Amino acid sequence: MQSNSSGSKYSHKKNLKFSDDALALAQKIMKRYPEGKQKSAILPVLHIAQTEFDGWLSVETMDYVASILNIQPIEVYEVASFYSMFNLKPVGKCVIEVCRTGPCWLMGAEDLVKFIEKKLGITEGQTTPDGMFTLKTVECLASCGTAPMMQIGETYHENLTFDKCGTILDEYKNKGEQVSHFRTERIKHHSDIHQ
Amino acid sequence: MSKQLLINDLDKPGIQSFSGYKANGGYSALEKSLKMKPEEIVEEVKKSGLRGRGGAGFPTGMKWSFIAKPPGVPRYLVCNADESEPGTFKDRFLMEKKPHLLVEGMIISSFALGANTSYLYIRGEMMYVYHILEKAIQECYDAGLLGKNILGSGYDLDLYVHCGAGAYICGEETGLIESLEGKRGNPRIKPPFPAIKGVWQCPTVVNNVETLAAVVPIINMTGDEYAKIGIGKSTGTKLISASGHINKPGVYEIELGVPVEEFIYSDKYCGGILNGKKLKAVVAGGSSVPILPAELILKTAKGEPRLISYESLSDGGFVTGTMLGSGGFIVMDEDTSIVKNLWNFTRFYHHESCGQCSPCREGTGWMEKILHKFIEGHATMKDIDLLWDIQGKIEGKTICPLGEAAAWPVAAAIRHFRSEFEEYVKNGKKMVDVKHYYRINKLQEA
Ligand SMILES: Cc1cc2nc3c(=O)[nH]c(=O)nc-3n(C[C@H](O)[C@H](O)[C@H](O)COP(=O)(O)O)c2cc1C
Ligand code: FES
Repeated sequence: MQSNSSGSKYSHKKNLKFSDDALALAQKIMKRYPEGKQKSAILPVLHIAQTEFDGWLSVETMDYVASILNIQPIEVYEVASFYSMFNLKPVGKCVIEVCRTGPCWLMGAEDLVKFIEKKLGITEGQTTPDGMFTLKTVECLASCGTAPMMQIGETYHENLTFDKCGTILDEYKNKGEQVSHFRTERIKHHSDIHQ
Repeated sequence: MSKQLLINDLDKPGIQSFSGYKANGGYSALEKSLKMKPEEIVEEVKKSGLRGRGGAGFPTGMKWSFIAKPPGVPRYLVCNADESEPGTFKDRFLMEKKPHLLVEGMIISSFALGANTSYLYIRGEMMYVYHILEKAIQECYDAGLLGKNILGSGYDLDLYVHCGAGAYICGEETGLIESLEGKRGNPRIKPPFPAIKGVWQCPTVVNNVETLAAVVPIINMTGDEYAKIGIGKSTGTKLISASGHINKPGVYEIELGVPVEEFIYSDKYCGGILNGKKLKAVVAGGSSVPILPAELILKTAKGEPRLISYESLSDGGFVTGTMLGSGGFIVMDEDTSIVKNLWNFTRFYHHESCGQCSPCREGTGWMEKILHKFIEGHATMKDIDLLWDIQGKIEGKTICPLGEAAAWPVAAAIRHFRSEFEEYVKNGKKMVDVKHYYRINKLQEA
């Protein structure tokens, strides 16, 4: 589990605010839980926050989420630091998450990580100097039958070979966009998300 | 092909959508259910012999009958779609390909339990599936199958998807409930069980995706007919996630009772070992269950063919048997290092321990470190006994079964592959550079 970053050297600009769409979506999700239990929306709202604010959660972001949910900031910090999908330090536009667990390992995940490290000139946990990629290894993503695999944003890239992986990374680099788990388009079209 | 009830019509066009699902007989079980009494549905599920497909195999009908019904207190059904047991990928497959089967199963089950609000907790990494489910649920609201007065029955139900954010422990049902309440996923001490005090201290049933999906064919065909499928007390069909060194990895729906040998070697299923290699070992029910060497997974200690069923896989207890678990079937060929694979699994459990219980939090870390000594070539013979000792001190001494899940693989690897640990000790540094797998060939293919 990651450690809590409150009081760390990483910070964000002050006075953060969700876009109107993101706020509307967060409020919609909060209504799914009984009166007084809005804290339940913390994980989905933190996902949205991560998309809205550069792919990671600063103390300022977490404080803002606490104010939306009407709970204490500490309640957000302790949750954010528990779950592996939340980044508590700045990350690249595109976070590469390679599965390293048993079945993927049996199919060469270790070599895949080495290949990506060499291609990007970084090691696991680092971000490329141009701020494009961060390399993370993660635990089983329920894609063991199509191993080895990696996740980028919402997308599972499966049955990887070195070539295939290289091409995929080149495509992301050419696009140069921020890629999030909760895609920006999903937030824009939040009317697809039912009441 | 043996009988398929869950993923039988994936080739039908549009089966992912409401109209495609309905055109192929979807939601007929719901219509039938709403004309039954809730107790009658519970009774059908009891008769079916359905056992929880999330790993523990607890009889579903019995679990449902435990739910407390204090007047004026809401009850909840929560679907466990956290699927993060290494080797398991059936729930993702089912939700992605046939989301309406799960939604239908959830509406029927909620009705049977008297729940007016239900949640579908999906792990955050499967965000694209979250949106598939959102869409399926919206289609049901539009068609009057969710919301107020469903199909004129007077029954109201709201169904919501809820996403996690990366934590294996949230698959444990009370860890999941804590997470749904917006907290860290720390499992609760039981009793009270969720059926008495679950989410927001209200009576709650937590069931796996596949369990709830299986309710649909049970209602359609009746519990008695469902119970005729399978073998003995292992009734019905089971989704098996097959991975590792096999020719045809994937999700297979089998009638419980298929021989392991047929499952591994027949072209209907896994199609044999990759590159014509020999089978070394299998982890048959997700990473937490004991590993078995080839001879014991193919045949029981009594020499009978081992079948994929709850009883046959556990035949021989942990001395010579294992468990069906979640049905995550991981196959290892002759070149696989059992020690290194075990180190990988143990590192996983150490990473995923929530940290509440010292035996699990510390023990998993010690085991990981000691196993690392083996693969780095400086372990001693005493370390084998030390590992054995530590795993025994975790088992049964923790709030939730993650402790056992971490201890059992270590115990089984030592029990069945002790000589391999000794080989690591004897050869020391020489083992470090040995390539234990040749998957790099695959990775280099164009
Ligand atoms: C550490 C741990 C992880 C678990 N992960 C899952 C999971 O990802 N999915 C699941 O359905 N059950 C999981 N379980 C089992 C649940 O606690 C629970 O038994 C199950 O959801 C009950 O549903 P069922 O009776 O339909 O199987 C896990 C248990 C433990 C101890
Ligand atoms: S081990 Fe990589 S997806 Fe399961």
